Amino acid sequence: MAVKLFDSRGVPLEKQRFTWKDMVQKPISKLDDEAFTRVRIILMNGLETEALRFQHLCARMNKDLQVPLAKVRRAEQHQQTTVNWLISSDHSPLETTIAYEQVAVEVTAAVAQNEPEPYLAQVYRFGLLEDFDHLYRYSALLDRLEGKDANNILQSHTDIIPGRPTVDEHRAPENDLRDHYDRTKAAAITKLHATTIMAAEYQTHDFYANVGPMYADPVARQLYAEIASIEEQHVTQYESIIDPSETWLEKWLLHEATEAYNYYSCVEQESNPRIKAIWERFLDYELGHFAYVAELFKKYERRDPAEIISDTLPDPMPFKSNREFVRKVLDQEVNLRTRGTQFVDKAQEDPASLDYRQQMNSEGSPSQTVAAGYQWSPGTELNRRVA
Amino acid sequence: MEKSVEMSAKNRTGIGMSPVDSQRMIDAAQATPPSSSGDESALAALDSVYIREAEPVGSVPLPGTLKGVAQATLQKLTGKHPEVLIDKLGERLAFERTGTRLYDYLITKCETAPTDSEIPIDTLKRFRREEAQHFKLVAKALESLGADPTTQTPGADVSAVASSGVLQVLSDPRTSVPQSLEAILTAELVDHAGWELLIRLAGEMGLDEMATDFRTALAEEDDHLMQVRQWHEQSALSQAGVSAG
Repeated sequence: MAVKLFDSRGVPLEKQRFTWKDMVQKPISKLDDEAFTRVRIILMNGLETEALRFQHLCARMNKDLQVPLAKVRRAEQHQQTTVNWLISSDHSPLETTIAYEQVAVEVTAAVAQNEPEPYLAQVYRFGLLEDFDHLYRYSALLDRLEGKDANNILQSHTDIIPGRPTVDEHRAPENDLRDHYDRTKAAAITKLHATTIMAAEYQTHDFYANVGPMYADPVARQLYAEIASIEEQHVTQYESIIDPSETWLEKWLLHEATEAYNYYSCVEQESNPRIKAIWERFLDYELGHFAYVAELFKKYERRDPAEIISDTLPDPMPFKSNREFVRKVLDQEVNLRTRGTQFVDKAQEDPASLDYRQQMNSEGSPSQTVAAGYQWSPGTELNRRVA
Repeated sequence: MEKSVEMSAKNRTGIGMSPVDSQRMIDAAQATPPSSSGDESALAALDSVYIREAEPVGSVPLPGTLKGVAQATLQKLTGKHPEVLIDKLGERLAFERTGTRLYDYLITKCETAPTDSEIPIDTLKRFRREEAQHFKLVAKALESLGADPTTQTPGADVSAVASSGVLQVLSDPRTSVPQSLEAILTAELVDHAGWELLIRLAGEMGLDEMATDFRTALAEEDDHLMQVRQWHEQSALSQAGVSAG
């Protein structure tokens, strides 16, 4: 089913109503639901928290838009709660972390393969190998701290092997900025990809920043401190590929289109009928938001929304294992580093990053410590080691 | 002597530390009626709605391709509910695996934290080894039923939630050896009950060889429980300045 942004009116804002019981629904089963159902929940939570974040920042800078923003934001808030509360409470924070990194790996891999602009596809591949390594480090922690197997969460869709080592990911801030797409020339999918991945990384950063101190184990606390710092680097990177000359309303409209695109992708591929119904409902809500914001865009900017986004949404983003692609990228690009906005070989890395990295790692590296000698085995490394 | 519990004026949590402010709070709370009528049963009423609507945490997977011994074993269980045994085996497996990590933490704590408690490290290391061996024993038992020992069963999941607090205590660098012993005592008590149940289940289902293997594990768990309880009591009595008997 193709989705047309301009003609599909969706559900009008005033009809987007909730109750507390409506928002707090039965969660998914950690054991029985498909891993990609959990991936979709986490991804859409990221999109909704980004919607809230953006719509607050927009309100700080646009007095005339404060009332419309507050109205749309209220719906986004309750959508966010409904979606995020689908994660069941038997997910330990570390198991949830494993799921977050699976989202980062599989969604970034899907985006990297479908991105038409070669430089941006490289940006995504660069970030992919770093999130892939985070998954390996957190899996080692899950094994050695909780005695659990990360594959119970990953369901064999995603490999657990080192990526670009986290210890080498620490860069001087100026080396995290990238070139941005041209808002007048970029394809719709390019714009949708950028906001999607930025939203996912921002959510991941905030999650680690919040749960890190809940651990008692000092290795866990340090590891979260380290990886949260990399996620902040990733947010910087992905934020910078978005054209900063887009107006506030242009960005708002693109945000709504991005949410609609992602809910559409979820609807088309969701295996759990109860969860699929939520994606369908919220796709209609986002189409309603898009229609509402499109009117504001025409009123205040006197421009046609078709100037900035295509009418028909692109094909859904695929939710599937990207094992072969990730292995290929790992083989070819693990030694890439950055120098300003450019990707270079290790030997050409900016010395400012080397200095910074040396300082940060000068009292030890939690990511190296936690995974010292670690190789994933089904049933944990104890399964391999005990005779 | 190392004091695991210090008495000082630093603990600010009780009302005795702020008698004037506390009395003002009490007076205000007593003078102000609640904003909604009823009592704490209102929470239970809302909880009950969700309990009635809830779906199970999860299920036990179907056995994989059954060959030879596994097929013969499962046939013996016709008319019974092998999934209950598989669930409990999955629970025990997960518990022993996490238990191994708990002992890793306790060993590090006892080797590093200042303490007068004489906990023999070699004994702790033996307990750790035995937990790991119990984990493998249960994995083999699951395989004998054609079940996948890498699965997280509902029992494994729920018991991990229940014992997550034990892990939090053991892995906290601030907790003392006596506090860590109390936490691990919690785990050993549950573990012991778990093995007794498994032996009963296996026996009742006619899996005599499995029950015999488990009795060997239980004998070791008896020793763990007895020792940990003894260390825990001795350290508390000694700290309190009374005879450990």
